[in-house]
Amino acid sequence: MAARRSRIPATKYPVERFTLDNGLRVVLTPDRSAPVIGVAVVYDVGIRSEPEGRTGFAHLFEHLMFQGSENLEKLAHFRHVQGAGGTFNGSTHLDYTDYFETLPSNALERALFLEADRMRGPRLTEENLRNQVDVVKEEIRVNVLNRPYGGFPWLKLPPVMFDTFPNAHDGYGSFDDLESATVADAADFFRRYYACGNAVLAVSGDVDVAEATGLIERHFGDVPARPAPARPDFTEPDLAAERRTAYTDPLAPLPAVASAWRVPDPVSDFAGYLPYVVLAEVLTDGDASRLVERLVQRDRTVTGLGGYLGFMGDPFDVRDPTALLLQAHLPPGGDVDKVLRTFDEELDRLATDGLTDGELARTQARMATHLLRDTDAVLGRALRMAVLEQQRDDPGLLNELPRLVGGVTDEQIRAAAATLRPERRASVEVVAGGAR
Amino acid sequence: MSVGVRELPALGPTRQLKVPKQAERTLGNGLTVIAVRRPAVPLVELRLWMPFGRAHLARGATLAQTILSGTATLTATQIAAELQKVGGGLSAGIDPDRLMLSGAGLVTGLDRMLEILADVLTGATYPADWVQTERERLVDRIQVAQSQPAHLARTALLKRIYGRHPYAVQTPEPDQVRAVRPAALRRLHAERVHPAGAVLVLVGDVQPDRAVDAAERALAGWTGPGQEAELPPAPPLETGPLLLVDRPGSVQSSLRVALPAVPRTHPDHAALQLANLLFGGYFSSRWTENIREDKGYTYGPHSGIEHSVAGSVLVAAAEVATEVTGPALLETMYELGRLASLPPKPDELEQARQYALGTLQLGMSTQAGLASLTSAYAGNGLRLDFLAEHAARLAKATVDDVAAAAARYLAPARAVTVLLGDAERVEGQLAALTPVQRVAAGS
Repeated sequence: MAARRSRIPATKYPVERFTLDNGLRVVLTPDRSAPVIGVAVVYDVGIRSEPEGRTGFAHLFEHLMFQGSENLEKLAHFRHVQGAGGTFNGSTHLDYTDYFETLPSNALERALFLEADRMRGPRLTEENLRNQVDVVKEEIRVNVLNRPYGGFPWLKLPPVMFDTFPNAHDGYGSFDDLESATVADAADFFRRYYACGNAVLAVSGDVDVAEATGLIERHFGDVPARPAPARPDFTEPDLAAERRTAYTDPLAPLPAVASAWRVPDPVSDFAGYLPYVVLAEVLTDGDASRLVERLVQRDRTVTGLGGYLGFMGDPFDVRDPTALLLQAHLPPGGDVDKVLRTFDEELDRLATDGLTDGELARTQARMATHLLRDTDAVLGRALRMAVLEQQRDDPGLLNELPRLVGGVTDEQIRAAAATLRPERRASVEVVAGGAR
Repeated sequence: MSVGVRELPALGPTRQLKVPKQAERTLGNGLTVIAVRRPAVPLVELRLWMPFGRAHLARGATLAQTILSGTATLTATQIAAELQKVGGGLSAGIDPDRLMLSGAGLVTGLDRMLEILADVLTGATYPADWVQTERERLVDRIQVAQSQPAHLARTALLKRIYGRHPYAVQTPEPDQVRAVRPAALRRLHAERVHPAGAVLVLVGDVQPDRAVDAAERALAGWTGPGQEAELPPAPPLETGPLLLVDRPGSVQSSLRVALPAVPRTHPDHAALQLANLLFGGYFSSRWTENIREDKGYTYGPHSGIEHSVAGSVLVAAAEVATEVTGPALLETMYELGRLASLPPKPDELEQARQYALGTLQLGMSTQAGLASLTSAYAGNGLRLDFLAEHAARLAKATVDDVAAAAARYLAPARAVTVLLGDAERVEGQLAALTPVQRVAAGS
């Protein structure tokens, strides 16, 4: 008997798109269920675009965008957002850098003013640069150097899988490179990549479309037009043979391993890519998933397990090349070879025997909950739609994702699993240098 | 630079804080059910808060790890799969105040989620093989936590400020966990997992009355005598030398400063919350602007008030570069002292006030945020109506009120300071500023 299937619901967030004369693309998605708004500006430049000898520069530059701009002193941005009752941040990804605020809706015009001002030009000074190099070094110490498993696997696996600088290098950056960064580098980076033709503005939440459109034209309309730079070709061939490395983490008490396989182009071959997004969840989502049942409960060779798309866990906001990752933490003295062999066995079994009754449907229902839950946050909608507009010209895809995920078939999952062969795999092992 | 200066746009009129539609009922078995309507997405959030003070530490932690391991009718795998079918999931967590079961799912699956929840509450079996696996996973997790500086600093701080109070130790040792047997878990479940004093919160695309009805149908059969386990009040902070916990080779120092605080309902609370924002509670605070944006000593300093059933405490935390550990402490004490000694500027207070009021709105604007807020309030005997009351208090706190709260609660003379770092490299820097007592990590 076929398992009862939960109907996958969808959201109907409206989407308004337009482009200003200067080339800035805009997405509006009103929702008046709470008196809050999300504002996001996404620039089409990320870790992959930073120059050799300047590792970590895209992220350092993100910090510099908060250090004052044409009409704003240092510290003013933070104070104006928070003094309006809002929160802010920015983040640097492989293919884009975002800047965003969540605010009570009476602060819409202020947020637009703040973003437009730094789009015209940040205040790049030697003093601010040195200060933020120090801050970024402390960020790297907190997140990478002073803790166990720092940068695992998002900084440790790309150099194993990839050969070219854009895809392989450390996106947080070396201290040497960070310290050699200059104001001239920053000015050049801004000129090249922070063109309004290279940006998307998205506003979500408690806004009136006509009013918001007028305000956007008022504040962004006179940002000087500059075209988007041509995006370089970052493609690399798939692996022809297995790759594997290991490193000792002096702070890690237990061993760990992460593996990655290349997947189809998430943008140009979305239909081919989507089954891998679902496959990762079939393998690892919760106690009823295949790999958790086998490795954690039956074999006890693993104590923690994760599976996801993209080195930064970004299934729908990354371009090619990207990967499906499996990551496992092992018990003391655990056998990494055995874990990798079991990955292969389970993938084989899935490709050969297919899924059990209801296995796919329940995984899809759970994925729908996760996707819907993310869109409930007003900022989540602005950020997601901005990136979907930038990379796919399709911000409305956000509304469709739960159903598209729900449309992936057993056969597609089996076919996807069949491609995750050991000879296409790149793995990195953490040797527990801190074992007691 | 362009000619002329552009003016910062003014804010529009403030929208009144609106508490969403809700329903509440206390069932015959003592369980309180609160349902709140936010229909934005077709989901429902679930939080079940059960008082769990004074429970055996290792058994409590293991119970939270294994409560979803099986019932008379379902194995652990079946529980997970049945929940997944309705887009649901449940997880358990524990702290010295409560055991919490939380999750979210498609709203069409609410009845099924409640049914499975009831099955777990009334019939968790703690099967021996599953308990063994989960016990080892918990041990591994504790070992990983013990290698993290933030955890070690927190552990040292709790021990220092709570002494012999149950809050002093919140993570069991691996050996204590290994000694927990399934029979002990079943006993603890029978003694403590009961509806009296528990609060179930449901938030989402629901009609509140009907959601409460659904909870009553599913959970009326959950019974059991309530065992009172009152926590003694948390002890007042006792000042003393800076406690330096050695972590050889550490490339940063974890600075933790504890200061006195008051519960949410205390007349000083709103003014204290504002004083905390001015000091270190948000990015535009004096502490962050000083040690991050001016001096570059740290990435993310932050201070916040932690409310627990037995008391409240203000904790300021920063990870600072080893070579500037002394200077970072100096600036921290300077900023505390300045706020405790001199009144804040009116515009500085206005900025913090707007932030406090605005983030109340933001916190209520998602199902998950609303559920967590409702549950945290309910666990401390409050309801969402308190939001409006609190907003009113924030709105009318004066410069004098905030200055008085800062003098009373943020005075560096009342601070208890713990620092985890490479003692060889930082002890001299610290000893130049304050008396230091040095101990090894884990002692």
